[in-house]
Amino acid sequence: MTLQIGILYSRIRKDEKLLLSELRERDHEVIKIDVRKQEFDVGAVPEAFADLDLVVDRCLATSRSLYATTFFESYGVPVVNSHETADTCADKVKNSLALEGAGVPTPETSVAFTKETAMDAIEDFGYPCVLKPVVGSWGRLMAKIDSPDAAEAILEHKATLGHYEHKVFYVQEYVEKPGRDIRVLATDGEPVAAMVRSSDHWITNAAKGAETDVFELDDEAQELVRKASDAVGGGLLGVDLMETEDVSESHSEGSQTESGQRYTVHEVNHTVEFKALDEAVETDVASAVVDWLEKKAGADDDQLEVTV
Amino acid sequence: MTECVECGAEVSLHDDLEAGEIIDCTTCGAELEVVDTEPPVLERAPELEEDWGE
Repeated sequence: MTLQIGILYSRIRKDEKLLLSELRERDHEVIKIDVRKQEFDVGAVPEAFADLDLVVDRCLATSRSLYATTFFESYGVPVVNSHETADTCADKVKNSLALEGAGVPTPETSVAFTKETAMDAIEDFGYPCVLKPVVGSWGRLMAKIDSPDAAEAILEHKATLGHYEHKVFYVQEYVEKPGRDIRVLATDGEPVAAMVRSSDHWITNAAKGAETDVFELDDEAQELVRKASDAVGGGLLGVDLMETEDVSESHSEGSQTESGQRYTVHEVNHTVEFKALDEAVETDVASAVVDWLEKKAGADDDQLEVTV
Repeated sequence: MTECVECGAEVSLHDDLEAGEIIDCTTCGAELEVVDTEPPVLERAPELEEDWGE
């Protein structure tokens, strides 16, 4: 089955090159769509998109991702990930609410709209706690707050210098993790591969230079990945977990903690990067993703046939 | 080979060049975007925006 697949992009990273290569090797027709050069008409479906079986959103800019996915859905072109998923994942507040609402353990979080109430939230958490931008990635602009003085300074800067979104103060408990977190790439909740990202820095993001290594998911982690994926609407996702105790120790004991919970899910990413994961694990990540895209496009075709 | 738009040095290009890809000038360190592949055309890459990410 040859598919016509659109790749929405503004930058071709190694992740996109891996995808493009895999798609072309399987003889799919790939239409690269640079969102910076594209006009999206309200109502009329652009001719260039009419025959697309599926669009894969790889936009680097969240704002473009959100609008572009809306347009493709309005044109009736299946898009991965859906606008619903993108909308939930792109905003940390919505992300946290979705996880909490689905019963997925996630760090305690409070949101405030003024410096004063944000300071109250910070004092309630105690020190250290964490302040994050509601939209952002790669560990940028995240602050570990160790003292009231630091809190006042950061809040003042955000309120004065920032975009209006920086006046939405997202305050979170500081989770004592074992120097690493876990990234799982999943397709509709099914884990494709997982890695740990380790660093001496409190931010253990691969984009910040963390070291990566393969991680074998236990049953509890797999279940959390499934639930987290469902919570945000499913799709091709990067689910980030932190260990709330020494998991390897728990494994050797063969039991969970008294609370029965060893992980917390802090984030789900909707335009997941996977080059670091691909290098860390034996799984051919791009191949597994394209397997899933093929099924997704096929499933959508079937649905259309049934509808007609 | 093509020329860095920032410093004029020669930039070597790999075979599987893609429009939209970023390459670094090894002479001046500038990030350059491939805007065309046949023939290769480079422009200075856009600066990082706040909402970029995954």
